[in-house]
Amino acid sequence: MADTKKSPSRKLGMGLLYIVLGIIAVFQIYPLVWLFFFSLKGNSEIFGRSPFALPEDWLFENYVRVWVDGNISQYFFNSVFITATSVILTVILASFVTFAITRMKWKLSGPVLLLFMVGYMIPIHSTLVPLFQFYRELNLIDNPLSIILAYTAYNMPLTIMILMGFYRTLPREIEEAAVMDGCSIHRMFFQIILPMTKPIMSTTIIINMIYNWNEFVFVNTFISSDKYKTLTVGIQNFIGQYLTDWGAIGATLMISIIPILLAFFFLSNRIVEGIAAGSVKG
Amino acid sequence: MDKVMSNKKVIALYVLPSLILLAGLVYIPIILTGYYGLMDWNGIGAMTFIGLDNYIELLSDDTFWYSARNSFFLAFFSTAALIIYLAVSLVLSAKIKGRETLRKIYLIPMLLSSVAIAQLWIKIYDPNNGMLNSLLTTLGVDSPPAWLAQRETVLIAIFIAIVWQYAGFYIIIYSAALKGIPASLIEAAEIDGATPLQIAYKIKVPLISGVIKTTIVLAIVGSLKYFDLIYVMTGGGPNGASEVIASYMYKQAFGINNFGYGSAIGFALLVLALLTTFIIQKLTASKNDNIQY
Repeated sequence: MADTKKSPSRKLGMGLLYIVLGIIAVFQIYPLVWLFFFSLKGNSEIFGRSPFALPEDWLFENYVRVWVDGNISQYFFNSVFITATSVILTVILASFVTFAITRMKWKLSGPVLLLFMVGYMIPIHSTLVPLFQFYRELNLIDNPLSIILAYTAYNMPLTIMILMGFYRTLPREIEEAAVMDGCSIHRMFFQIILPMTKPIMSTTIIINMIYNWNEFVFVNTFISSDKYKTLTVGIQNFIGQYLTDWGAIGATLMISIIPILLAFFFLSNRIVEGIAAGSVKG
Repeated sequence: MDKVMSNKKVIALYVLPSLILLAGLVYIPIILTGYYGLMDWNGIGAMTFIGLDNYIELLSDDTFWYSARNSFFLAFFSTAALIIYLAVSLVLSAKIKGRETLRKIYLIPMLLSSVAIAQLWIKIYDPNNGMLNSLLTTLGVDSPPAWLAQRETVLIAIFIAIVWQYAGFYIIIYSAALKGIPASLIEAAEIDGATPLQIAYKIKVPLISGVIKTTIVLAIVGSLKYFDLIYVMTGGGPNGASEVIASYMYKQAFGINNFGYGSAIGFALLVLALLTTFIIQKLTASKNDNIQY
């Protein structure tokens, strides 16, 4: 209604708004563009010319150099392995729990759900020393299993929270029909319910992927050998050794964020949905 | 039907593995933190029970209070920044062209690791070759500060990186809530002659007050837990100027093997986080909340 009577001052106001929104977009994006540019520069260019200049000759060899010589490929594949394993474990276990809590009938379902949600509030630094001690007693220090189990436990509350909204919308008739047909509860879960939750599962998968890929404290605390370190901790060590080699640092950082940027490019709607579901309903 | 859906064995099979995992890695450790806080323990040798000594020492530990001060500084400004995020979300809830794309662009930094963000901002703040000081010099600023190396600027510099990281996260949350407001409500107000500003302030904001409350808790508790970014960017320096509770805890426990004292700090962090959440819930409790019950 109001749109039909656009006064000049209103138009000016809208113009200003667009400029402000544009400036924020530049503030959010430009540092990454700048990172991309300096990842392609050599030191003479970085220290000798304006930081805003485009790279003169695009040194993609920076990427090759850190990938091959800098152990970055090792860290990269460790990240892939740990992230993938934890995501699968988390989403499967969380699906079991969500199904039992939202679809099955038992007295303690409310309190048990609350118990899971409490996990969401715990600051990890308050559990780090006992966790370290626990893993040491189990001989799991410097073992990727310690990281995979920790990621699974600490991402479980959020994953359940995101799954729950969807599970609650499934019609009861599905289960009734399945029971009438003499379907066992496990078959019902695996062959009927789980396939129906594919959209929300993919949301939780991408959200878990991002969190695990980026995690730092657990790996930094529980893993000491290079052969098990993930990218976040690996690049931190790597940069410590190449403090003044900006091109190498830039290339390393780019390698660590490219998978996330790719995921974002193809799955941004799912990511937005996951973030909204995880915090609004909490 | 009911018989199948309340099969106790199946429920146990589905729920117990996860519950045991969380008990072992979350619930029991959280209790043990408070217990280890009662010990004199270097992480390797035997523990010696020393009662409340660690906690008493904590109360008079200037470094702890300074890092707590820094944590609350970040919490306060992170909460204040919510107003900006809310304003942007309100603008984006109007009929703006390309608003979906803008929201997504704003979100990108949030998806990157804090380590990568910290390393990137170290470069941005580099006194000689960084983006920021080059820009400031071009604009005619004579001797711009060495942001991360000076006591006066280090917290502000970290805070700006935090805003960069989290702006999109909060904008997505607010936008999701704003989308839930029925269009008919807004149209009715427009017919009554309400201006966009009035609609935003008098209708939209009150309707999403529950979500605003959630974000305040997220911002404050999130700030109290802040670690990765600061640990990588400054390591708490220069000379402790940007130490926060979590980084101080980490240094005590894993830096100088003061596991008992580190546990006490970890426990204090938990108490502060829970206490703050509780206080905010009380402070922001409104009549609307009670009606729902």
